[in-house]
Amino acid sequence: MINRKHLIGAALLALAGAGAFAADAVGAAQKQPLNLTAIGMFFIFVVATMGITYWAASRTKSTADFYTAGGGISGFQNGLAIAGDYMSAATLLGLSALTFSKGLDGFIYAIGFFVGWPVILFLMAERLRNLGKFTFADIASYRLDQGTIRTFAAFGSLTVVCFYLIVQMVGAGQLIKLLFGLDYATAVVVVGVLMVIYVTFGGMIATTWVQIIKACLMLFGGTVLLFLSMSQFGFSLEEVAKKAVEVHKDGIKIMGPGSLMADPVTAVSLSLGLVFGTAGLPHIMMRFFTVPNAKEARKSVFVASGCIGYFFMVVCALGLIAITIVGTNPEFYEGGVVGGKIIGGGNMPVMHLSKAVGGNLFLGFMSAVAFATILAVVSGLALAGASAIAHDIYARVICKGSATETQEMRVSKIATIGLGVVAVLLGILFEKQNIAFLVGLTFGIAASTNFPILILSMYWRGLTTRGALLGGLAGLISAVTFVVLSKAVWVVVLGNAQAIFPYEQPALFSMPLAFFFTWLFSVTDSSARAKIDKAGFDDQYVRSQTGIGAASASAH
Amino acid sequence: MSADIYKKVRANPRFAELEGKRSRFAYLLTAIVMASYYGMMALVAFAPEVLRTPISEGGMLTIGVPIGAAIIIGSWLLTGWFVSRSNGEFDQMNNEIIREASK
Repeated sequence: MINRKHLIGAALLALAGAGAFAADAVGAAQKQPLNLTAIGMFFIFVVATMGITYWAASRTKSTADFYTAGGGISGFQNGLAIAGDYMSAATLLGLSALTFSKGLDGFIYAIGFFVGWPVILFLMAERLRNLGKFTFADIASYRLDQGTIRTFAAFGSLTVVCFYLIVQMVGAGQLIKLLFGLDYATAVVVVGVLMVIYVTFGGMIATTWVQIIKACLMLFGGTVLLFLSMSQFGFSLEEVAKKAVEVHKDGIKIMGPGSLMADPVTAVSLSLGLVFGTAGLPHIMMRFFTVPNAKEARKSVFVASGCIGYFFMVVCALGLIAITIVGTNPEFYEGGVVGGKIIGGGNMPVMHLSKAVGGNLFLGFMSAVAFATILAVVSGLALAGASAIAHDIYARVICKGSATETQEMRVSKIATIGLGVVAVLLGILFEKQNIAFLVGLTFGIAASTNFPILILSMYWRGLTTRGALLGGLAGLISAVTFVVLSKAVWVVVLGNAQAIFPYEQPALFSMPLAFFFTWLFSVTDSSARAKIDKAGFDDQYVRSQTGIGAASASAH
Repeated sequence: MSADIYKKVRANPRFAELEGKRSRFAYLLTAIVMASYYGMMALVAFAPEVLRTPISEGGMLTIGVPIGAAIIIGSWLLTGWFVSRSNGEFDQMNNEIIREASK
């Protein structure tokens, strides 16, 4: 009986897949039959998180509650939430798929994703917490000209938030089509609506808890999946490797560095973008303001990097295991041709693995977790965007600090709804586009625009308003230009024959440019403003080191 | 918070001591993590065959796997060390400096 069901299911999947294959655009997923288990489990997640949002709404009274949960999140909780932000659907599906097709290369890639975290802790976590209040722009403009730098930093944040939202929305739409069998547009609208509800009603408290729950589900799901699949290999990694080498088309090559890392310049550029881009993502930085003090901020990075490191190793192991379990099973290939096109596309191995070792129920669970992941990440992004609009641009730049709490709250909620609408529209607009370049662009901009201003304002006395603005612009323009001239846009999107910029990642080139111009325009700046900028460094330095004067947790 | 207290903190020689100790520690750990990661990337780029060495005779697992895992676990342990030293020794010093300055 069960076997028959499987067969019918597989046939349906194969049909749906094959039909759409012919008419398919690059990267677009095929709609699969309705998956009621997955939808049911996701529904439970939504009900639970709505309950939390209702509870959080009663505790969200001030702007501090809204933006940073009043600084009342513990280090451990915040660590889980940061891990949640970082363990996106892209890492679960993408990293495992990479290991599935390229072996050790996938693992090397994962390490590049990881090593940014220790560095953020050593160099930034404490200072971020001690200097910041609600947004990254608070720190960037601490001693520089508020109007100029805060506006620039807020737009830097918004740019990164919008690009990242597009990536997540398109990912959500494709994933839901595949895993739940729902329409692309339906999925995008569901994500947009839920995101707006979480953020407008529950603010940072709800967003954090959604993220924590999701992180726990993901760690749990990954661990169970690893346990179930390792049991088929007698819990021996050597056995897994042996089988994988036997059946993979590249044989023993998969156990060493291969084609993915053939171009070290791109690899290094990518890792720079990842390491320092992470430190420049507004929704990640915002997390450091939700804890009561620097002590908890440090703890949170320890917890987060532990979870992230563990999860990445699990995901890569799953990819390696999938080579044997998924890679040799005709059920998971279109038309049953092993080695052909994987049903649902190249990112699906870990989902197929869930089905192979845990059955439909477990597949449903993992699908729901993947969707919950996207939901949690877009909520964090929306909140970061809303705080840039309401706190930085409206309250500080336009009203120059004279806006009341009520006014600022109202603007932040309107901004959230606005971002929700924009995200849904962009998500639908970009459905058929190949958006791979947007990820590179997002990290490239974060690493070459936000990060240099942030780190120099904390570490370098000589930074002036003019230097920060022009250096930041140099980073922004060069990152965008390099991405546009690279293969992902110049050839794939614009249809030219040859890429002008030979590498796929801009950070290795755009970051030094940003630092150089920031330095150049700062040291040559002899304006009156420059004197004020430099004079502010001493006090800022003491505050960043000791926490004297840092924003403290609110009463509850 | 008045600028006065910041001035007092700066005048305290122990602040310079704390600042120096803490920064050196942070830079050292950053250097270790970066050196191990970019060291591995250098192997990938210039001597990939090293990472293809099998762990055991006739085995399929290569030393690339434990090296990678060691970088992740090792740098995580360093974060643990950093947190325990910062939250203990350094924070205690910091609190004393703040107390002296607020007198």
